[in-house]
Amino acid sequence: MPETIILEVERFHPERDTEPSYQSFEVPLRADWMVLDALNHIKDQLDGTLAFRWSCRMGICGSCGMTVNGVPKLTCETMLMDYAPGPVRVGPLAHFPVIKDLVVELDDFLAKLQKVRPWIVRKDDYQPKREFIQSPAQLEAFHQFSLCINCTLCYAACPVSGLDANFLGPAAIALAHRYNLDSRDQASDDRLDIVSQHEGIWDCTVVGECTTVCPKGVDPSLAIQQFKLTATQEWFKSFLMPRGKN
Amino acid sequence: MSSAKRSNEPIVWFLFGTGGFFAAYFLPIHVLLYGIAFPLGLLHDPGYATTLALLEHPLVRLYLFALLTFCFFHAAHRMRLTLSDVLNMRHLNTILAFLCYGGAIAGTICAIWLLAVVP
Repeated sequence: MPETIILEVERFHPERDTEPSYQSFEVPLRADWMVLDALNHIKDQLDGTLAFRWSCRMGICGSCGMTVNGVPKLTCETMLMDYAPGPVRVGPLAHFPVIKDLVVELDDFLAKLQKVRPWIVRKDDYQPKREFIQSPAQLEAFHQFSLCINCTLCYAACPVSGLDANFLGPAAIALAHRYNLDSRDQASDDRLDIVSQHEGIWDCTVVGECTTVCPKGVDPSLAIQQFKLTATQEWFKSFLMPRGKN
Repeated sequence: MSSAKRSNEPIVWFLFGTGGFFAAYFLPIHVLLYGIAFPLGLLHDPGYATTLALLEHPLVRLYLFALLTFCFFHAAHRMRLTLSDVLNMRHLNTILAFLCYGGAIAGTICAIWLLAVVP
């Protein structure tokens, strides 16, 4: 087994560079290292100017998403050993503007996320005197969609996100679905209106890469298809009962 | 936001989705029987006259109409998306939609005509 591995890291300094370039670093190939550990080794020992985001190191915070050998990955749970003997190419997430090196601009994603109001919305003035009772079946309905950590790997994997910057995108739609399926929520009509626009669910062409790359086992593609079915039913209903909706 | 602002894509998606169902579950049966098994002699060929006699039942004509029409729209939608996204022709979206869905409508008219004139 080789003792080192070459990491080819994409470098980009917006004030100095016109386009990104790759810089190679030789790092120890340790059995217990993730790609993020190798990047931290570079930052600590080889080149302190390398910029990348990370926080929890255990697949919860969703900040260390990067492109590893062309695939969007959480680098904190991507074994370096899996890429031996190397080299390993590490770049920023695709389809996002790069701020510096491996750090991408997430403002657009956060704006899209807020659009679908990913929190429980009550329209009555119900003041709960105790916790909401929810059956295991009601919890099961939305549970997998609640596991999203906003790591945006799905946006980097989705070819439609790359083609249409206005596409609401997999994670935002999956989270809209998560709250629409929640028995405590009362804003499902509002969210359906938002995701039913062309730049919402209808932009999706069911490539399914979002589901493939999700590190938390969320199935955004399923959420989008289920939304399409609901939106189509509502569309036909609006013909049958044009004034039925409030 | 009112429902008037919603996209008109549900109708296209409905035709596409239903066509997908037909294309996945029913079309292979016809291809297997009439495209492979009968010509290769793997199964006894019922012959032209017997097959034509099947068409006498209005439900068979209705089934064939649904099969053909939905499959045409499924193909049209898939073709439009493939051309616009994979071949990067999004700027020609209106023309592509006209050609693809127009083709599906033409196919539907042909299907109706054929099913009507067959004795």
